[in-house]
Amino acid sequence: MKTVARSMGISALILAGFAILGTGLVAVTHTATQDRIAAAQRAALEASLNSLVPVDRYDNRVTEDRLDVVAPEWLGTDQPVPFYRARKAGQPVALFATPVAPDGYSGSIQLLIGVYADGTLAGVRVLAHRETPGLGDAIEERRSPWILSFTGKSLANPPPERWKVKKDGGVFDQFTGATVTPRAVVGAVRRFLEYVQIHHERLFAPPAASARESGKHE
Amino acid sequence: MSEITYRNILRDGLWTQNTALVSLLGLCPLLAISNTVVNALGLGLATLLVLLTSNVTVSLVRHLVKPEVRLPVFVLVIACVVTTVELAMHAFLPGLYTVLGIFIPLIVTNCCVIGRAEAFAFKNRVAKAAVDGLAVGLGFALALVALGALREAIGQGTLFAQADLLFGEFGRHLTVHLLDDYRGFLLAILPPGAFISLGCLLALKNVIDARARRRAETRPVVAAAPATPREAGT
Repeated sequence: MKTVARSMGISALILAGFAILGTGLVAVTHTATQDRIAAAQRAALEASLNSLVPVDRYDNRVTEDRLDVVAPEWLGTDQPVPFYRARKAGQPVALFATPVAPDGYSGSIQLLIGVYADGTLAGVRVLAHRETPGLGDAIEERRSPWILSFTGKSLANPPPERWKVKKDGGVFDQFTGATVTPRAVVGAVRRFLEYVQIHHERLFAPPAASARESGKHE
Repeated sequence: MSEITYRNILRDGLWTQNTALVSLLGLCPLLAISNTVVNALGLGLATLLVLLTSNVTVSLVRHLVKPEVRLPVFVLVIACVVTTVELAMHAFLPGLYTVLGIFIPLIVTNCCVIGRAEAFAFKNRVAKAAVDGLAVGLGFALALVALGALREAIGQGTLFAQADLLFGEFGRHLTVHLLDDYRGFLLAILPPGAFISLGCLLALKNVIDARARRRAETRPVVAAAPATPREAGT
């Protein structure tokens, strides 16, 4: 009995030793890489923001001028959605956010939308989706120019009732064999623009007043 | 596998016992990620690195670990190695990390990793375990890349598309367009295409093996025939 307990004890110690060593290794790697990972994520975000609004249009550090908003009905997700604000000499220039089109053909479509302070779209891009390859994936910029058709649009152009795909009486093209996907994207962009219009003042407010504030509306 | 020589280890890992083409292990990442050469190469290299490191570590500690607790220790070692590789990849190859996503942490569940630890590394010297990890990893990576090349060529008509994810700016020039104005063949990109392509690869391997066997059987006759004229020539 005693020897069994003893050998079990030794095994447990060995296992514990490996657990500690392994956790230590992961912790060290995590500390060593976390700055680089954060920098890489920021660089990727900046690169995609700059594809919507040219760098020379603003002069602040967009990725640090951030406001988290929770508005499931408008932004398509119950998670906080970060809003990044671009300013020039303190004046609001544009706003970027990553709302979600929750009603894609196979799950949510994550969007990146840039909108100028006057309400016109700087552009829309798709960050992540699981739409059918070859049909719904034409929402990707590298597959089709469709997503570029949003650039320059606003809630006044076209009027809100025409913010639909052509099949539903709107102005936006659908794809052959895929209506659900563009319909979801058009709807999400329209809701986002409406949200920005309603909360314009708060969303563009200077960072000091609203820094890191979490919007509780809706 | 009566005698374990480096030659045998290499041959088994790369061809005779190829994880992907013979044992059919690790099919989940194999089928999911093999839609382009670059994705396949990225996951293949990550798996290779994990196999090599875990084999060496397991072989190093094989006298320390009692057989009763070896499996939990293997799992720990593999999980730590995979997490480290994942963090490193996130830091240094963020673009590729985004594409491979969940399949990097899933290397933990690739049974060929723990299989090699149990079947080979735990019983052999460090150098042999390292060569085995390298051979098996390379075999897996090569099968993955072959599958990726087949699917990308048929599905998109390109090779090495988006190579910049793996090689940086330099990679942009690597993309090869096989045909101008190729409309793409969707089936090859979709999951069924993965199964069909893997089936074709397996068939190809069996054909090659069968040929080799037939040649081996008839070798005495074939080898004798060309020997005479060469002798006559000199």
